[in-house]
Amino acid sequence: MTLSAAAPGDLALLEQEPCAPGVKADLKSAILNKFREVASAQSKTIAPLTDDLVLLESGLDSLCFAIIVATLEDELGYDPFTEAEDVFFPVTLGDFVRFYERAA
Amino acid sequence: MSAPLKRLSLRETLRRSPGLAERRLFGAGTSVGLADIAGGTTLGEAGPMLAGRSVLLRVDDPLAAAIALIELDGVARRIVLCPPDLADESLPGVIETAYVNAVVYDKAPPPYAADLLGARVTLPAKASDELPEASRDTEWVMFTSGTSGPPKMVAHSLAALTGAIKPPVAGEAPPLWATFYDVRRYGGLQILLRALLGEGSMAITSPAEPMAAFMTRMTQLGVTHLTGTPSHWRRVLMTPDVALAPSYVRLSGEIADQAVLDALAARFPGIPVGHAYALTEAGVGFEVNDGLAGFPADYIGRSGAVEMRVVDGALQLRSSRAADGYVGETAAALKDDDGFVDTGDMVELRGGRYHFVGRRGGIINVGGLKVHPEEIEAVINRHPAVRMSLVKGRRNPITGAIVVAEVVLHGCANDEAALRAEILADCRQSLPAFKVPTSVKFTPALALNANGKLERAIA
Repeated sequence: MTLSAAAPGDLALLEQEPCAPGVKADLKSAILNKFREVASAQSKTIAPLTDDLVLLESGLDSLCFAIIVATLEDELGYDPFTEAEDVFFPVTLGDFVRFYERAA
Repeated sequence: MSAPLKRLSLRETLRRSPGLAERRLFGAGTSVGLADIAGGTTLGEAGPMLAGRSVLLRVDDPLAAAIALIELDGVARRIVLCPPDLADESLPGVIETAYVNAVVYDKAPPPYAADLLGARVTLPAKASDELPEASRDTEWVMFTSGTSGPPKMVAHSLAALTGAIKPPVAGEAPPLWATFYDVRRYGGLQILLRALLGEGSMAITSPAEPMAAFMTRMTQLGVTHLTGTPSHWRRVLMTPDVALAPSYVRLSGEIADQAVLDALAARFPGIPVGHAYALTEAGVGFEVNDGLAGFPADYIGRSGAVEMRVVDGALQLRSSRAADGYVGETAAALKDDDGFVDTGDMVELRGGRYHFVGRRGGIINVGGLKVHPEEIEAVINRHPAVRMSLVKGRRNPITGAIVVAEVVLHGCANDEAALRAEILADCRQSLPAFKVPTSVKFTPALALNANGKLERAIA
């Protein structure tokens, strides 16, 4: 493989530290994909996934959130709800993503 | 003509309430004045014929169910209160076991009930001078989750159901109660009875009402007393800071951990956040109001209406609020020879307090709904590729626990993903969503105990 075959994105990733912005973007998209995946598996219609979406109005019920948190724990290796020292319950999707980003 | 009633019927209690004209039951779409129910009927001409019968209450709208309960108490010999998720296929067994000979419904008559006397609840109530007289202590039959096959029915008296309810305090503003529970389950029925006996009103939700809409409705109505499971309350904590400002907040039906208690104390400053222990079979056990998880060790062994002991790590209750027994000639005994009900809830003594650690027999509590693993294993084991399976709980910060499955196959799977999808599709077809495993793991073997049974941890 020649150097020119590597996409610029690959190079950028190689140079980044674990907590660089690229990783955060990946975490966010992993969480959003998980929301869509669980909504589809549970036959729920999900609202557009914007940062200010109120979780209670997302179309997902408690069981969906329970599954999202459990499967994210399997994939990421942590569950910020159980690990958090301060009790915190996210209200918006943006809160939810930041909660995971802080614990990463 | 007959023995005096152990307690006034619900309708008679309402009639004697001084502030009745102001009191209402608020459903998701409509509301009904309690005075209209006290002096009228929603059951039409068939209503008086329900006297002395064993009545199946198969009503879709929980507001209509609540009204029918008021009308039938003291009139019917027995009320069999169907929860919303009771499958139609269970009805023939229920009708036979509980000697049902009448049915009350709201939309259409349920299947398997063609031979029964039928009465339809139709709102609003019509004033009537010929309401049936309350002349008996009606038996109230509620459902509890069963291992497999038909659900278990538990028989209560109104006296036992209302044993933990304190009389209203004179001079206090009338409470407006609400609960996230369905009023057709023990936890929700407790709140309906508190509203009816405590000179209050109530906001009643239904499975069809989204929680956000119920929250908005409760805020607009000005709900003062609100109860739910820890899972319900975690959902409240995930809502924007609305003006909902109850003066009474209670958790029950699941283990209340310190995290949710602390979060509620922060969200509702200045009011006590209590948690309560109740079980359909054992009735209301106790309340804990010091803001801490678990309960003080000295609750065990103290005398009073409810006595508690711990046997082999399990909490047992002896109480005048316990059910009379299970319904059915072949049903198991609900109490032991000393009158104690084994709750199946396992406790552990730590630092002067007992903490709940789970349930015996691997029973999984998903957001207050109890799941027997055998029921799900039976569905999984029907798949031809499956040799055996083990269903268990996995701890979860949102619903307390979720259901997961481990599966042993006959030989090897060619395509694990496809097989997993088939097994899950079978489960979704036969089980409500909270019982469907959230993960299916294939494993070469499962541990069996000395009796050849699956090894089940405390879930």
